[in-house]
Amino acid sequence: MLKTFKIGGIHPPENKLSKGKAIEVLPIPEKVMIPLSQHIGAPATAIVAKGDTVKVGQLIAKASGFISANIHSSVSGTIEKIDNIVDASGYPKPMIIIKVEGDEWEEDINKSAKINSNLEYNKDEIIEKVAKAGIVGLGGATFPANVKLMPPPGSTAEVLIINAVECEPYLTSDHSIMLEKGEEIIIGTHIIMKALDVKKAIIGIENNKPDAIKHLNEIAKKHIGIEICPLKVRYPQGGEKQLIKATINKEVPSGALPIAVGAVVQNVASVLAIYEAVQLNKPLFERIVTITGKSVASPGNYLCRIGTPIKNIIEAAGGIPTDTGKIIGGGPMMGKALTNIDAPITKGSSGVLILNTRESQREKSRDCIRCAKCVDVCPMGLEPFLLMTLAENNNLERLEKDNIMDCIECGSCSYTCPANRALLDYIRLGKGRTGQMIRNRKQ
Amino acid sequence: MNNIFISPSPHVHSGDSIKKNMYGVIIAMIPAMVLSFLYFGLGAFIVTLTAVLSCVLFEFLIQKFILKTNTTIGDGSALITGILLAFNVPSDIPLWIVIIGALVSIGIGKLSFGGLGNNIFNPALVGRVFLLISFPVPMTSWPKPAQLSADAYSGATPLAMLKEGIANGESVASIMQANNFPTYKDMFMGNIGGSLGEVAAVGIILGLAYMLIRKIITWHIPVSIIGTVVIFSGILHIIDPVHYASSLFHILTGGLLVGAVFMATDYVTSPMSKKGMIIYGIGIGMLTVIIRIFGAYPEGMSFAILIMNAFTPLLNTYCKPKRFGVIKKK
Amino acid sequence: MSITVLLTIISLCAIGVTAAIILYFVAQKFKVIEDPRIDQVEDILPGANCGGCGYPGCRGFAEATVKAEELDGLFCPVGGSDTMSEVAKCLGKEVVAQTPKIAVVKCNGTCDNRPKHNKYDGAQSCAIQASLYCGESGCQYGCLGCGDCVSVCNFDAIYMGEDGLPKVIEDKCVACGACVEACPKNIIELRNKGPKDRRVYVACSSKDKGGIARKACSAACIGCMKCAKECPFDAITVENNLAYIDFEKCKLCRKCVAVCPTGAINETNFPPRKPKVEKKEVLNKEANTNKSEN
Repeated sequence: MLKTFKIGGIHPPENKLSKGKAIEVLPIPEKVMIPLSQHIGAPATAIVAKGDTVKVGQLIAKASGFISANIHSSVSGTIEKIDNIVDASGYPKPMIIIKVEGDEWEEDINKSAKINSNLEYNKDEIIEKVAKAGIVGLGGATFPANVKLMPPPGSTAEVLIINAVECEPYLTSDHSIMLEKGEEIIIGTHIIMKALDVKKAIIGIENNKPDAIKHLNEIAKKHIGIEICPLKVRYPQGGEKQLIKATINKEVPSGALPIAVGAVVQNVASVLAIYEAVQLNKPLFERIVTITGKSVASPGNYLCRIGTPIKNIIEAAGGIPTDTGKIIGGGPMMGKALTNIDAPITKGSSGVLILNTRESQREKSRDCIRCAKCVDVCPMGLEPFLLMTLAENNNLERLEKDNIMDCIECGSCSYTCPANRALLDYIRLGKGRTGQMIRNRKQ
Repeated sequence: MNNIFISPSPHVHSGDSIKKNMYGVIIAMIPAMVLSFLYFGLGAFIVTLTAVLSCVLFEFLIQKFILKTNTTIGDGSALITGILLAFNVPSDIPLWIVIIGALVSIGIGKLSFGGLGNNIFNPALVGRVFLLISFPVPMTSWPKPAQLSADAYSGATPLAMLKEGIANGESVASIMQANNFPTYKDMFMGNIGGSLGEVAAVGIILGLAYMLIRKIITWHIPVSIIGTVVIFSGILHIIDPVHYASSLFHILTGGLLVGAVFMATDYVTSPMSKKGMIIYGIGIGMLTVIIRIFGAYPEGMSFAILIMNAFTPLLNTYCKPKRFGVIKKK
Repeated sequence: MSITVLLTIISLCAIGVTAAIILYFVAQKFKVIEDPRIDQVEDILPGANCGGCGYPGCRGFAEATVKAEELDGLFCPVGGSDTMSEVAKCLGKEVVAQTPKIAVVKCNGTCDNRPKHNKYDGAQSCAIQASLYCGESGCQYGCLGCGDCVSVCNFDAIYMGEDGLPKVIEDKCVACGACVEACPKNIIELRNKGPKDRRVYVACSSKDKGGIARKACSAACIGCMKCAKECPFDAITVENNLAYIDFEKCKLCRKCVAVCPTGAINETNFPPRKPKVEKKEVLNKEANTNKSEN
């Protein structure tokens, strides 16, 4: 019996078209656009100016505040300008634009491919190195990793859970790094265990990646305290709370963080980035991005420098298909539809998915037929049909009472609804407004 | 890039639709329909056809000309109301009564509340109860089924025969062993008097299995209704087998199976949480047995379902689904 | 009469009398003492309960008028000055006459003026679309066209026009402010209804630089400041590449409309202008023929 979470869940078609494709290196573009806000929290402040020359891995923007992250240059060249550029959402955001010249790296970065398994740093040094390297959650949430490694006073971490689930259909970037960088991931897990002072780590992997499970099992056998846990293929198994429930059978209470049950969760790509930061002095400036879609000529997994325009990775996969209906940054369940492909790849970009016109349009929506299928699939045990109606009528007090703040915005409800109701659209709107009301009340 | 779409996530859909669910229910009703045609002959087919056509036609006419909105006859829900209405009437009922029933079901039971999703009561049952009270004699004169076995059974339903017998002072056992009373096998296979839908238990059970496999409904409502009837009538039977029939008898007769599987499980009028569904089912089961045994009518299912339909909004408010991350206070 | 009927009548009467006595005493015990003037004022008010006055319903407004020392700042937009003077007479207080206002949609981005770059396929709500992305066109400040303003209006005074912009029906708009609140882009403003319901306003909310704004929409305000220089009453200020006409200072002379190079300034309910110089006519053709209900 494979472990899984108990309440709700769906099983969308997996469509892992780029499964098993070896990681290719995307050529460095002519220009990169690096946004100052690629993470949760305050945007970083630029410490370079127009005309400066920078090297790969050089710090170009400093974290401004406790919940913030450093940003490093992903290329070597000259700073062309620091300006507001329209990003994928259509709104202009502050970005640093660098004209690329050569590929010169910072001296202290260890470029060799040799695995470094010496754990020479202590807990505080590790956390400092992680902070310095600007590591954020690479699963898409982009929460600063160093903050996660420092539990608030009064709570202790007991177990580290690595999220290698990759439950979104189509995406295979985490899968590819597990196959090619397995050793580094296990060492990275050890490093984080040391930083958190825990003896136990569990790596949760969905059962549709048997090669990765086998490979990591082989490596983990040689290390103490690391357990590989295969999980049933169900969406949203990769949701933090669902992962914790499946692996250690504890439910994070409503409104609380995972540390409340002694767990710290890190995405497996973040673990790799932490390995590279601590062992190789390499800050976060590149990541694996999956380019996929049924009409894409050659879906694949590419190692991309942060700031590369999205259209470059689409070109590498065969160019933008003629029947493109939607371009999504991320997976089909929680990704964002992009308005323009000149926008850059950021730390949170796990994939680029191209849907054709037939797949892109929503069906016409009808009145609720009270079938309760949305209630069946909600992993948080909420009532999406009710939350949507309350949000449409702006009844914020009742939304709060009906626990809308518990919603993890996974999209299972909208996916399932036979009446094609825009459940998550309105729930998100209601959640934003209710959150604002709660914050206003606390002041 | 000018024809790309932008919308909030999720960007994929399961492909499920109202149509798929409704036509799935219709497919599940086919075994019972076919058996009713076999037992009751051409009359059954004509009544079913009339009911279906009237329901669809009335929905189209009312939506297009009175309400002036988009017509929704393509989604299959009017079809289902028609078939269920036909399941609830005798096969030789005058067709004009069927047409009136269709008008009441669709016009009053469904569209006056706002159409699919907004009605409080099961439309087919609204029509059926209206006909039962307005035209009691045609609605309770059951024809003989086409003879598939050698013995000719009378046209009355087993429940009616039982109630009449008990009122006359006979014991249950003696009623059931009489020559003109059907055996359990007859009840299961449908060789008994009754409305189109209530005779063939085997057809309904096949339909239930199909709907469960296709995940159109869940097991909670049918099992809680049937379970409650079994337990409640079973207790009564154990206490006094002379006056109260066995649980098996109650399950196989009357509209219990068709009600538990097709009527009570109607999406719109049943509760939305599992806890609510079970309480709903228990309520229906208890009311059915009470009306059957202590009430004036031999059959209680339709009234029981309509009464519990009225409780559905209350059950929706107070029976919430199990939430993630709620710690039970010890 | 049989004894049954007699007993029925007697028992029902007894129950009725008992209930009446109980209700009387309960009503006396739980009576709420209220100023009777609140009821009087409430009767004068239109009873729309729209909240346009800023108070919860007409009763809330009636309470406020009775409690307040002066009626300064209290105005019922639905009833208007007539209702307010009646309320003032009833309470024996002074009332200040207010200029009637109307909702004005400050956007010229019709489907023709403002080409679309993508198609929005989410739920038809401006609030949802605005929180998702910049909109279907190149102008991130313009009207989204999903009609949140239309659905929130209690007076049926606004509808979505064929050209993709909301249109305000002058006779029905009571300037309650519901559409102003509802618009996530804040492009609707309550402005004075001038004499003969005339008004002049900058029908653009774009803070983009001139070049970008013009590229996105052919009737955008490019912040060239020609109107500000032309205005003899100093009614126009230009901030963040966007001109704004102060409706208290504006005397409706329309000099600004004539000089605007993109036709961003709308004039409503004016007689059509006689064509002057050919060049100006070509430039102003959008402004002049714009005798819309906006």
